[in-house]
Amino acid sequence: MSSPSYLGLLALVAPETLVVIGALMALAVDLLVMREQPMRARFWVSAAFAIFGCVAAAAWLMFLNPPSQSGISGLPLLPGMFVDDPLVRLVKVAILGLTILTLLLSTESSFTTHIGEYLALIMLATVGMMFLVSAQDILMIFIALELTSLSLYVLTAFNKRNVRSSEAALKYFLFGGMAAAFTLFGLSLIYGLAGSTGLREIAARLDSPSLDPLLVTALVLTAVGFGFKLAAAPFHLWAPDAYQGAPTPSAAFIASGSKVASFFVLARLMMVGFPHAAGSGAWHAYAPGWLPLFAILAVASMVLGNLTAIAQTSVKRLLAYSAIAHGGYALLGLLANGPQGIASLVYYVITYGLTVLGAFGIVGLVEEKAGDARLSDFAGFGRREPVLAFCMMIFMLSLAGIPPLAGFFGKFYLFTAAAAGAANLGLLWLVIFAIGASAVSLYYYLQVLKQIYVAPAPQGQGSLAAPMSTRVVLGLVALGVVLLGCMPDLIVGRVLAAMQFALAKG
Amino acid sequence: MNMLAWTVYTSFAGVLALMLLPSARARDARKLALVIAVIGLFIGFAGAFQYAAARGTSPVKPENVVQTVAQQSWVPGLGINYFLAADGISIVLVLLTGLAAVVGILFSWNIDRRPKEFFAFYLALIGGVYGVFLSFDLFLLFVFYELAIIPKYFLIAIWGSTNREYGAMKLALYSFIGSAMVLVGIVAAYVVSGAKTMNLIELSHYPFPAGFQSWAFPLVFIGFAILAGLWPFHTWAPTGHVAAPTAASMLLAGVVMKLGAYGALRVAMTLFPLGLQAWSSTIALLAGIGIVYGAMVALVQKDFKFVIGYSSVSHMGFVLLGLMTLNSIGLSGAVLQMFSHGIIAGLLFGVVGRMVYDRTHTRDLPELQGMNLSRAIPFAAGTFAVAAFASMGLPGFSGFAAEMQVLIGAWYAFPTFTILAGLGILIGVTYTLRVLQLSFFSDAEPNSEAAAHALPPITVPERFGAAILIAATVIIGLFPGVLLNLIGPSFASPLFEQLRKVGAF
Repeated sequence: MSSPSYLGLLALVAPETLVVIGALMALAVDLLVMREQPMRARFWVSAAFAIFGCVAAAAWLMFLNPPSQSGISGLPLLPGMFVDDPLVRLVKVAILGLTILTLLLSTESSFTTHIGEYLALIMLATVGMMFLVSAQDILMIFIALELTSLSLYVLTAFNKRNVRSSEAALKYFLFGGMAAAFTLFGLSLIYGLAGSTGLREIAARLDSPSLDPLLVTALVLTAVGFGFKLAAAPFHLWAPDAYQGAPTPSAAFIASGSKVASFFVLARLMMVGFPHAAGSGAWHAYAPGWLPLFAILAVASMVLGNLTAIAQTSVKRLLAYSAIAHGGYALLGLLANGPQGIASLVYYVITYGLTVLGAFGIVGLVEEKAGDARLSDFAGFGRREPVLAFCMMIFMLSLAGIPPLAGFFGKFYLFTAAAAGAANLGLLWLVIFAIGASAVSLYYYLQVLKQIYVAPAPQGQGSLAAPMSTRVVLGLVALGVVLLGCMPDLIVGRVLAAMQFALAKG
Repeated sequence: MNMLAWTVYTSFAGVLALMLLPSARARDARKLALVIAVIGLFIGFAGAFQYAAARGTSPVKPENVVQTVAQQSWVPGLGINYFLAADGISIVLVLLTGLAAVVGILFSWNIDRRPKEFFAFYLALIGGVYGVFLSFDLFLLFVFYELAIIPKYFLIAIWGSTNREYGAMKLALYSFIGSAMVLVGIVAAYVVSGAKTMNLIELSHYPFPAGFQSWAFPLVFIGFAILAGLWPFHTWAPTGHVAAPTAASMLLAGVVMKLGAYGALRVAMTLFPLGLQAWSSTIALLAGIGIVYGAMVALVQKDFKFVIGYSSVSHMGFVLLGLMTLNSIGLSGAVLQMFSHGIIAGLLFGVVGRMVYDRTHTRDLPELQGMNLSRAIPFAAGTFAVAAFASMGLPGFSGFAAEMQVLIGAWYAFPTFTILAGLGILIGVTYTLRVLQLSFFSDAEPNSEAAAHALPPITVPERFGAAILIAATVIIGLFPGVLLNLIGPSFASPLFEQLRKVGAF
């Protein structure tokens, strides 16, 4: 083994390093220089440094270091430990974009005075997500997952004045700790079986067509851990409380960036690591494996998420249950178990993250004004704030899957990929479930829109005290949802091209 | 030939313009909307002439029937194209949409509550409808089809009357469930064909296995036909029509129900002809039941608008029956009936919703009896009488030409159901005359309190709107060939090649 080239290593993780530097700068600037300044100035200056870090990282990924120069599987020192290919880069850029939007949305918050720490934690969670996306090694996956989760627990608890925030964080933390234990146990069994931590080596060792009972146990345990992370039913119990109690930017971040990374790495873990234990969830060709396992999670999430969302009166909880349902749809991309599945999954989670970020942004504004975000607090919103209301309409309709918004194409692509994922339309039963569930979901999204546009405005409710910057960000997010919906090829074409690249090289 | 695409673009440009209109000038929203709708109508006419000229006549070459309007690669990874095209059927329905849009705006000239939003939703709906009629890419067609759901919901929920939130939600959910069924069928067809294309003409040539067609056909057909008021999935129609504001119920009955019938013909029947063969008598039976059932329920309604709502179910039954005949006269009749019913239902709803209800604030027939409306608003009475005769299928009006063809076609295919349909026409005459008599020409003792209020006179926009629709139904009634020359040759196009093999063309 040659001595490691630290410079090459640094070049490989340059984007992550840049984000860490951004985090440290934000922290340092806030603690050392801006201490005595007013809140708004502190937020803006620190956030500017953080955003600069993200932009630099994204620019590095996109322009400065074209992927053809760095190898597919990284350096010889780390076989498969750190993947860097166009697809990974695309997902990382998307995560960075979502982080930037989260940072922009949090700049006008007033729930905390620990500004540097808050922004730094968002950035550290982002680093975790970026490593997660690159990881092709179970040890690495676990570490990155923990880095992300620990940051998110603290972000959830950040509103110290609100008892709900602490409750949410405690629940999230306890469930999360338990889930991490499950994951770790599952992964350790896998290591024991395969004698390696690299996913490709694991796939090569565990190639017997019959399922080892120990492998089944390991897969189930891992699935439980990931089910928690993705808030898939029946491991979703933390999600509604966490979404409701957490400060709004934190909730938005949990629902967007963290989802993108977790779904992507789950797909990698299963598709690369256990191609021989996939089994089949097809209607007449059932075979045990992880596919039927996740099919059950998908159906449970879609049914439970959509039906429970109908009964919600708090918009944040409604979004939480809808997030569970959307997790169920997204699992269809995993179940498609192929390139189109990955492409549809990536498109879906990115556009979903964008949409839900926007929706949380607006809910946060309403909550700040009305003290809560019940459905009735949205009454007459369309009269008071026509532009923001229009943005909210775009977000809700996109979540419901109405064309030409991004949510529609995302669902369509997922369903097509899933239907093509097994021979003889074997997975069509899942697609029918998903389409039916999505028809149900229109009801509760329309309930929100009904409050906004149809219900009369209560007396004495003026317009929101929403700062211009937030409005601009939300408008841009809405524009993005429309654009990506009208021109899905912006993402789909890139993902498919990136996968061609990966197939050609690897 | 790319002019027709501008019907879609102008409508959505109109939506944008309305949203940007300053609030202080909200009163001008209706003028702006009218201008947009009139432009759309003219583009429709110009496009129709352009189409007819390019297609040529006697004899029409089949390969000239479908003419591309716009084509652009959209999502190459999935074989999805932005592909707009037109054949004679699209042209007829585009013209209908244009007429309905213009008249609908004339009949909602008195909207003064949130007019900007009203007309924005209205034009969005129109744009979606134009899009459906011009799409020859399955994905694109579905996009426009779903796009039309949301404006309907808001038009009814915000500006509607009786039970509006219930009616709006019911309509939205029925539409969405229908389109969910269609989506399952589309996804399955796309995957089964394995051709990586959404082009309707290419897909229609793919021989789907008979077993697949036997469940895919009813799924997609019923998914579309829910919106066309197929019995027993019609219940959204009366409640939705009644709850909707006048312009919206004109559009619902006038063009939205046609979306369903059009989708059933354009997608379900062309893609799955073998499934159609297996199911045609079942669906013809449902259509026949719908004709009689709708007419009988209309006979006993107390609410003026419910009569018209149920009559729509009955008349749309003719469209579906005509589609099931699978012979050229029945199919042409079905398409002509789509046009004819769109015009006549628009007129009926215009009279009931705008001329009567906006003035008397009641649609209760016993109450209207005491108002002596034929004296108070003679223009409304005259218009309604004309519309009623057209609706009954009197010769000289478009309804006659259309229903006659459907009946002849049905006689070849399903003699038994033809008797059912004939019965429906008979009941149709009864309920139409009943409602005409009760609402306008009643002998009942004038209710002194109601008679004391003088009703505002019929305004100029209303007169214009009514005149346009009456002219349309009379012209088509006297010269049905104008449209039949467009419709008939369309069935010779490559799109209907597989369908022709199972039908008696």
